[in-house]
Amino acid sequence: MAELRASSPCAGLLPLVRGGVTLDEVSPGVITALAPFRGGEAALSSALQAAYGLGFPAAGQALEAGETACIWSGRAQAFLIGPAPDAGLAARAVLTDQSDAWAVVELSGPGAEDVLARLVPLDLRPAAFPPGWAARSLLQHMTVTLWRSGSGAFRIMAFRSMARTLAHEIGTAMALVAARRDAG
Amino acid sequence: MRIEGAGRDLDRSQRLKFRFDGKAFAGFPGDTLASALMGAGVDVVGRSFKYHRPRGVMTAGSEEPNALVTLREGAQADPNVRATMVELHEGLSARSQNRWPTLEMDYLSVNDLFAPFLGAGFYYKTFMWPRAFWEKVYEPFIRRAAGLGALSGQSCTDRYEQAYAFCDVLVIGGGPAGLMAARAAAEAGADVILVDENARPGGRLRAEVEEVGGVQGHLWADGMAADLAGMENVRVMTRTTVTGAYDQGTYGALERVAQHVADPGGRPLECFWRIVARRAVLCAGALERHVAFRDNDRPGVMMAGALRACVTRWGVVPGKAVAVFGNNDNAHRTARDLAAAGLHVAALIDSRHDAENLAGDVPFYPGFQVARATGRKGLEGITLRAPDGAETNLHVQALGVSGGWNPSVHLACHMNGRPEWSEDIAAFVPRSGMVPGLEAAGAARGVFDTAGCLKDGADAGRAAAEACGFAGRDMALPEAEDAPYRLRRLWAVAGKGRAWLDFQNDVTVKDVRLAAQENYRSVEHMKRYTTQGMAPDQGKNSNVAALAILADATGRDIPGTGTTTFRPPYTPVAIAAMGSGGQGAGFAPQRFTTSHAASEERGAPMIEAGLWYRPSYFPRPGEMTWRDSCDREVRTVRDCVGVCDVSTLGKIDLQGPDVGAFLDFVYTNTFSTLTPGRVRYGLMLREDGHVMDDGTTARLSDNQWVMTTTTAAAGQVMRHLDWVHQALVPHLDLRFVSVTEQWAQFAVAGPRSRELLNGLLDDPIDDASFPFMQCGPVSVMGVPGRLFRISFSGEHAYEIALPARYGDALFRELVARAEGMGGCAYGMEALNVMRIEKGHITHAEIHGRTTAFDCGFARMVSPKKDCVGKVMAARPGMVADSREQLVGLRPVKAGTELTAGAHLFEPDAEAVRKNAQGYVTSVGYSPMLETYLALGFLRNGRARHGQKVMLIDHLRKRDVLCEVTDVVAYDPDGGRLRG
Repeated sequence: MAELRASSPCAGLLPLVRGGVTLDEVSPGVITALAPFRGGEAALSSALQAAYGLGFPAAGQALEAGETACIWSGRAQAFLIGPAPDAGLAARAVLTDQSDAWAVVELSGPGAEDVLARLVPLDLRPAAFPPGWAARSLLQHMTVTLWRSGSGAFRIMAFRSMARTLAHEIGTAMALVAARRDAG
Repeated sequence: MRIEGAGRDLDRSQRLKFRFDGKAFAGFPGDTLASALMGAGVDVVGRSFKYHRPRGVMTAGSEEPNALVTLREGAQADPNVRATMVELHEGLSARSQNRWPTLEMDYLSVNDLFAPFLGAGFYYKTFMWPRAFWEKVYEPFIRRAAGLGALSGQSCTDRYEQAYAFCDVLVIGGGPAGLMAARAAAEAGADVILVDENARPGGRLRAEVEEVGGVQGHLWADGMAADLAGMENVRVMTRTTVTGAYDQGTYGALERVAQHVADPGGRPLECFWRIVARRAVLCAGALERHVAFRDNDRPGVMMAGALRACVTRWGVVPGKAVAVFGNNDNAHRTARDLAAAGLHVAALIDSRHDAENLAGDVPFYPGFQVARATGRKGLEGITLRAPDGAETNLHVQALGVSGGWNPSVHLACHMNGRPEWSEDIAAFVPRSGMVPGLEAAGAARGVFDTAGCLKDGADAGRAAAEACGFAGRDMALPEAEDAPYRLRRLWAVAGKGRAWLDFQNDVTVKDVRLAAQENYRSVEHMKRYTTQGMAPDQGKNSNVAALAILADATGRDIPGTGTTTFRPPYTPVAIAAMGSGGQGAGFAPQRFTTSHAASEERGAPMIEAGLWYRPSYFPRPGEMTWRDSCDREVRTVRDCVGVCDVSTLGKIDLQGPDVGAFLDFVYTNTFSTLTPGRVRYGLMLREDGHVMDDGTTARLSDNQWVMTTTTAAAGQVMRHLDWVHQALVPHLDLRFVSVTEQWAQFAVAGPRSRELLNGLLDDPIDDASFPFMQCGPVSVMGVPGRLFRISFSGEHAYEIALPARYGDALFRELVARAEGMGGCAYGMEALNVMRIEKGHITHAEIHGRTTAFDCGFARMVSPKKDCVGKVMAARPGMVADSREQLVGLRPVKAGTELTAGAHLFEPDAEAVRKNAQGYVTSVGYSPMLETYLALGFLRNGRARHGQKVMLIDHLRKRDVLCEVTDVVAYDPDGGRLRG
């Protein structure tokens, strides 16, 4: 029997390079929504600590340890990104596989902040939004989760079905920023 | 005309060609369009709003009321641009506005002859009768005759942009105060944004002949701006106007990114910024005000400060012989600077009898006034009135007028604060805290000498930084001019004729007096009656003078009269800038299913369902209309098998020990009794008792359930569940997450659906292992997925779900296999026809005003338990025979087309509103029954099966006699469903 071929959310859309800024798709591995049961946050945090060396994020936090990230994604909810969830987590939280639900992209290079300043209504200056922090916000008209993945790089998660719009909106802003840069 | 050797802004080594009203002209780099036209000897640059009087350039900034032009042509036309703010560039093309047919020969200037009849309130008094004429005749005519430039009516082809910026201290205006404020705040360590309207900061220093810190003022400003631009924590934004002050330290600003170049390249023309600042310093400077005297609007009559700016910056002047008329010391500078530039200053007229001449060797007339200007298309002379009333005429081609300066308080007033009257300068100044976090400094606060501005700016910048928690430092202040600003108020010169106050809206002293006489004594009433200070102008030139005239006419003082409301934007902002990114597909995100590419390859036209794009139908060669394809797809599903992407339906994963109890509360029917591996249809009510949504929920295991919602209500249901859980039943222990995007889900429907599936499933199913309403995990070609035996089409059908990454491959595989069996892919049209044949509801029926009772689902509201909406659904009137109930309809004469939206009447009743019996919600042609079918709501409809009703569509002029039927038209006993 033939195999079913998997396709990524941004297949055929990325990468885009404009000026010094690059937008590329990230293969996130497994994405698991973690939702602790009532009063179970502390227990979940210890289980995460034991498994990956990072806790359950507070509101607005992006915790990273090696290849594993735990990103706050809403009220008492976070995304565990990278490995398949450790068996010890299931007893403490509802785990829901979201690996296929999100388009994950990285925007990097000098000027990445200028690009996002055209799309996201948040204060993303390094002091206001340093590594270790995440936000749920709007990117143009889309809801996204984003966090700083390096000094000049951002990771952005949007609905898989909106991947084309995501690439288009960011690509348009990248072109505008690059054109300004070229004009001096 | 140009003055040889003058013009510090110009680069005279190059010439730039440009066109105005089609004629070719040339100017220099550094010119504005206004200065280039003046240099080329063009006196008339526009026609006035109402009377079509010829007008010339009056100011040198964004407050310009006369020189409004349209830039570029066609779709790129940009109307109402202030020529004083347009930087000249090669190939620039501009047109004058509000004239017909030409600027020189404007037939509508006949309005000026009828001026005695066209005063304030003319329209209100005249165009009263006949009533119907207002919309059809009067208004279109008035709008043509009175107005500004027009848009092309074509779609915008230019690029625009919007952006966000954040800072500790926003400094609005880069004159001497603003530069010092930015420097002081930046040196304290604050993140600073300095915004200036012009290409280079400096404000008045760019136009004045004076020294700051031992160098010429404009060079000092260049040095400061360069220093600031070099600081890490400072962003200098030039060509940017702050247009509005909003809540929580948010300011709107328009940046003219590429308006000053012939080819923007990939750059946007303009960018609309939202700047959020913890503190702001308003250093917007001051605007010079006119003195009203007869025909003071003649081309060549300018503001005194603007006249000397024209000479100093661009070496232009309306004519060789000039005069200056003012009521303050500052006006004397104009006479001094013009004389120094070699012009013939015929008179310096100061209305103060005790004034001293500060301009040097020029004819000086203390205590005199200018009573009148003469000349129509260009100033020819002025009438001087001596203190004893004697009048003499003087030939001049240019007159600079100064009635004093008004601080630019506009932004400080945008949150409805009122400025206070300062007797010293006879003007309004901002109060502290009118906009939280914003303080004014320099001329915007009524400090008019340069030394004072430098100090005031430095103090305000430091204070703003300190308010943000930074430690301010003492700053050395450069030496600068500190001459006092002395004036004696003069608003209008007495005399006959019309004396202009508001040039942009064509309002005269008489109009304001007339308003007062007709009892429009409140300043806001006067404003609306006369249109003074309205629209884009926002009272920049005329505000205080008009108030003073009103105060005089009503016997009050100016503070007692008060000021009108200044509203954003400070200068006009193109909607294209504010709405940039929202054009075309940018209006909303597009959501595509995983099968989108495969569907498009098959030529399927897309239909929008919320943000989603879904295939309407899959055309095949030989099919002429969508109906051909739709009919074929329906027959294929009913006879063989069809495949349809249903991934857009909302999917919510619920887990936890209390899911059953929670579902019992949100659904009308009971779910806690559902056993693992089974699916149930559920109905959900809003709190007001009306139906919110419907769908199936499957119990995958003891603790895990998956709910489906309709495509349209997926977001609403998720929000509702969150509300119910957090607010109404927080004691229930469960969590839920949307998994709509995680799964690609396809309906496989038709008598051969199981055969098709079994070709893909690693472990085939049969009726015993997978009966109707069964669900369970399956393995599809090695990939774990989920299978649900549910049916919207009424056929033996399944929905199969795999992680979305396999959606494209699975859809292609399913369709290829279906086609091999004689089946097909089907779209929304066929899906809709089949559900109408089966009487299944969608949001066409559960449109927000219908109840479970109306839809025939009263028995689904379980009497054994409570649920959201249950009590409200039982209110009197919510359950009654008189309500309109869901029925099926079919035309008595088969083949007659039915239309959704039509209303239902008794066959012999007059088709008027009070006789309406109901309405049609959904229609479709059933190829199986070979007739149109409809669903609709009919008063007491369930008791009327078999009766006739008349379907009447007033919009599409259609009336069809129909029979009322049961909602289920096809396979009423459901035998096909169970296979």
